[in-house]
Amino acid sequence: MMTGLILHASAIGLLLTGIYAIAARRHLMRNILGLAVLESGANLLLVAIGYRQGGHAPILVAGQTPGPMVDPIPQALVLTAIVIGFGVLALALALVVRVKENYGTLDNREVAERLRAESREARS
Amino acid sequence: MRRHYPQHRVIRPMGHQGNHGRLAASALFLAGLGLLLFNLVASIPFGHAPLHVGRAILERASGETGADNIVTAILLGYRGLDTLGEVTILFTAAAAAGMVLASAGRGQAQGEDAGFIFRTAAWMLFPFLLVVGAYIIIHGHLTPGGGFQGGAILAAAFFTPLLASPASPFNHRVATLVEGFAGLAFIVIGLLGMLGGGQFLTQLFGKGAPGALFSAGSLPVLYLAIGLKVGSELAGLMASVFGGKEKA
Amino acid sequence: MILLVTLIAIVMLAAAILTVTLRNWLAATAALSVVSLALSVLFALLRAPDVALAEAAVGAGLSGVLLALTLRRVGLWTNNDGKPGDSQ
Repeated sequence: MMTGLILHASAIGLLLTGIYAIAARRHLMRNILGLAVLESGANLLLVAIGYRQGGHAPILVAGQTPGPMVDPIPQALVLTAIVIGFGVLALALALVVRVKENYGTLDNREVAERLRAESREARS
Repeated sequence: MRRHYPQHRVIRPMGHQGNHGRLAASALFLAGLGLLLFNLVASIPFGHAPLHVGRAILERASGETGADNIVTAILLGYRGLDTLGEVTILFTAAAAAGMVLASAGRGQAQGEDAGFIFRTAAWMLFPFLLVVGAYIIIHGHLTPGGGFQGGAILAAAFFTPLLASPASPFNHRVATLVEGFAGLAFIVIGLLGMLGGGQFLTQLFGKGAPGALFSAGSLPVLYLAIGLKVGSELAGLMASVFGGKEKA
Repeated sequence: MILLVTLIAIVMLAAAILTVTLRNWLAATAALSVVSLALSVLFALLRAPDVALAEAAVGAGLSGVLLALTLRRVGLWTNNDGKPGDSQ
């Protein structure tokens, strides 16, 4: 019971840390780090939900009668989520490299202002 | 040695609110969100997963797919089409990252050579990483691991020497070729399953003895394709962010 | 199990907070790798060896390298002193 509380609390802690880094910090790199932390929290929560007390890993071993096992479905989900998360991270980092080259800054408000000014110029 | 980092106070155009107001607002927002989330999560009992679909899969997976690793059975046996879609997402991300960085100045951020020790160690590590990655991929249906994990290790195997000596060119063309053929193999295996009147990704071969290397029908072959595809995609992604010299 | 889980959770949360607060970008990236590593141990304790393996290989390994490479490419490899807009 206590273990569950700790796991759930730390998953929520990771989620909140990630949301803080995305919403309140200004540096694009920090926002991306926050995204990675947020994703870790979601993954931990999902795997914790699938846990069963005294369960075994969902892998059959030849010559052993299978005991109770933990839920394999969240595990399959999280496995794909981790790999997708890496793809998202890589794409975000590639965009950061381009932003740095084009605007010379990684402050998201400055970049947003530059973008707004550019679109205003394009319209007029 | 401790370095002192100067604190930069940024003058924000926010006006009178200042730093403290922002901090207080953030803290309040996070506390409220945390309370809501905690209430939500507190209603989930820990250690007693409901196992609605899970129980059925746990009971039948071994008999229906022949795989000992039930996570693999779900990923490739029951949700094979989703896995194909997922690998496609990864491909799209890799292609987009390559496209975004294609016009960026390639090779301008090249570091110098990493030195003799790191270079030698990287090349000595290469065969071992290759073997570990291949082992994890091939035994994906029997032991923990599989195409995604082994693919990541393969990517690391090909990327470490590049990290050690940036001058050596990473061959994007070979990576693209491997990736394309692996994706094609996945789809072809799926389509072959339809020949016998079954559905997409119907098992091709027999289930074999549980625990044997050649068992679980076409799952090991599918996982091999996924491992090669994921490995080449990840290596290509890393190389394009690294800015290795293009050898097109 | 509970002692181990508590210890790892504390390390993980501390590393997560360091990730979003450290001023040195390379150190923040390393802290993110620590989060992933602790998370993979937790996955292993939760009887999810597949996920633990993926998290260790992808989250702790490749992500950290990718982030470090990007830092080098955008010139944040060392702590940047001098540009006020970039230091947060």
